[in-house]
Amino acid sequence: MSALAVSGLGKSFGGLRVTTNINLAVAPGERRLIIGPNGAGKTTLFNLITGEIAPDSGSILLFGRNITRMASRNRAHLGLARTYQIITLFARDTILRNVTLALLGLSPLRWNPLIALDRQHHLAAAGRAALERVGLGHIADRPLAETSYGEKRRVEIAMALAQNPKVLLLDEPFAGLSIDERSDVRKLLVAIPRDVTIVMIEHDMDTALDLADRITLMHFGEVIVEGTRAEVVADPRTREVYLGE
Amino acid sequence: MSGRAIAVAIAVLALVALPYAITEIYYVNIASQILLYAVFALGLSVLVGYAGLVSLGHAGLFGVASYGVAYLLAAGHGHTVAILAGLASALVVTAGFAAVSLRAGGITFIMITLALGEIIWGLAYRWISVTNGDNGINVATRPAPFGLSLASARGFYGATLIVFLLAVAGVAIFVRSPFGAALCGTRDQPRRMTALGYHVWMMRFWAFMFSGLLTSVAGILFVYYNQFISPQALALAASAEGLLMVISGGAGTLLGPVIGAALVVIIKNVASAYVERWNFLLGAIFVAIVVFMPEGLVPGAVRLARAAWRALKRPKAAAPIPLTGPKP
Repeated sequence: MSALAVSGLGKSFGGLRVTTNINLAVAPGERRLIIGPNGAGKTTLFNLITGEIAPDSGSILLFGRNITRMASRNRAHLGLARTYQIITLFARDTILRNVTLALLGLSPLRWNPLIALDRQHHLAAAGRAALERVGLGHIADRPLAETSYGEKRRVEIAMALAQNPKVLLLDEPFAGLSIDERSDVRKLLVAIPRDVTIVMIEHDMDTALDLADRITLMHFGEVIVEGTRAEVVADPRTREVYLGE
Repeated sequence: MSGRAIAVAIAVLALVALPYAITEIYYVNIASQILLYAVFALGLSVLVGYAGLVSLGHAGLFGVASYGVAYLLAAGHGHTVAILAGLASALVVTAGFAAVSLRAGGITFIMITLALGEIIWGLAYRWISVTNGDNGINVATRPAPFGLSLASARGFYGATLIVFLLAVAGVAIFVRSPFGAALCGTRDQPRRMTALGYHVWMMRFWAFMFSGLLTSVAGILFVYYNQFISPQALALAASAEGLLMVISGGAGTLLGPVIGAALVVIIKNVASAYVERWNFLLGAIFVAIVVFMPEGLVPGAVRLARAAWRALKRPKAAAPIPLTGPKP
């Protein structure tokens, strides 16, 4: 059974067909890289999988369970987490509070209006542990506004990891990072255990290519090529689409 | 005891002692007005400051509670029944407001709440068999809980102070809770909150209900304070005034709405005795606040105090070493 299975997924915005009949099967523990030029529909695919937008056709299965029409928030409770290409964090709070909100999202405590959040030491401890994992433990109490772009990228990943996801969707985790930061984030992604299935959108082939078990190439809302690293790189259609030859 | 606890204790003691320090009844009544409007502003601030939802219809909710109490008292019911039923009816209307207005965010939310508030105002004005129209409803007596009469200005101030302190404590607990923290999250990043597993709509709904509860309590205090209610109290201007209290004091802070309520009530009542065009004065003060402290009086004052403290602590800069010129 696939961790994530997408079949016949289509979505149009008015007359613009952003994805057409997408089929995708990701095995448990797999690292899948999704590549494609700008406007290929990669982020739209993520938005469909997480339920931010509803598809016009097709279905999405998470470990065999049909989640096509399930509310977005409930998919998070089933173990689906994502990061955003454009930093989507809580700018007024500390780094730790950002991660705490991620932990709280899956906890029944989130409905409690009477207890003090600061006294929930198990949440803070779990938050700090998640930040240790991404190498930000030493600045957990710093306001997010005082952190660098590279640190924010890692907070994004820490928030997703804090939720102990079964399937993790990473939308361009290397975007805008320096070479050193890229290698740090890369190490971080390599260290994620194999019980987490990862689907990653990325443009930076040098950094991302050897993270992937399999690669899916999208173009104009369709899957053009899919296969192992070597197969996709060798495929003439990849060169045609990606290198514009 | 921490510094904060001492400050709170001193503030509470000062509020308790206030009616005994002021000899003129007129000013005790002004203090009661400030406290009841502070409860209203605190309620509105839950929505505006923490949920990021700006409502222009809260005077309608305030009015439903006021009219509910006044109508039931006029119909011959006791204070307990009138207060409980007034509160319940206002909460039912709040749920209706929330269900309709939360379908949208941003400017649409503002316009829907405005329209709903105007509907309540229209009912108060035109449904004469119930509301007595423009003439309003008189309330003959104030309640006497546990045998303590609230008929005197000082007695009423005491009761209002207790309600006010409960409201402040309630909001303080609420904003420090997991729900309060998550509510601020829905204000800043609703998309992300949904992806993290939060039911954003439901959270906003309960925040609206809490806001409506405080607003209704303020409405009940209001109708007993004036012993009279008329459609004027529900007008759009009253909703806008509440919003001005919240924004001028500082939305999303505990103290801000209280300071904002004090500012508006004092200018309306006290300054109007000396300045004929007090509306102009009120407007000028708000313009000044928006220009110099756009975040509101309380956060603005904190910012200025911190800057002053830093300037004081900084050692005097040493004379600059000239970059050019003859070497010694």
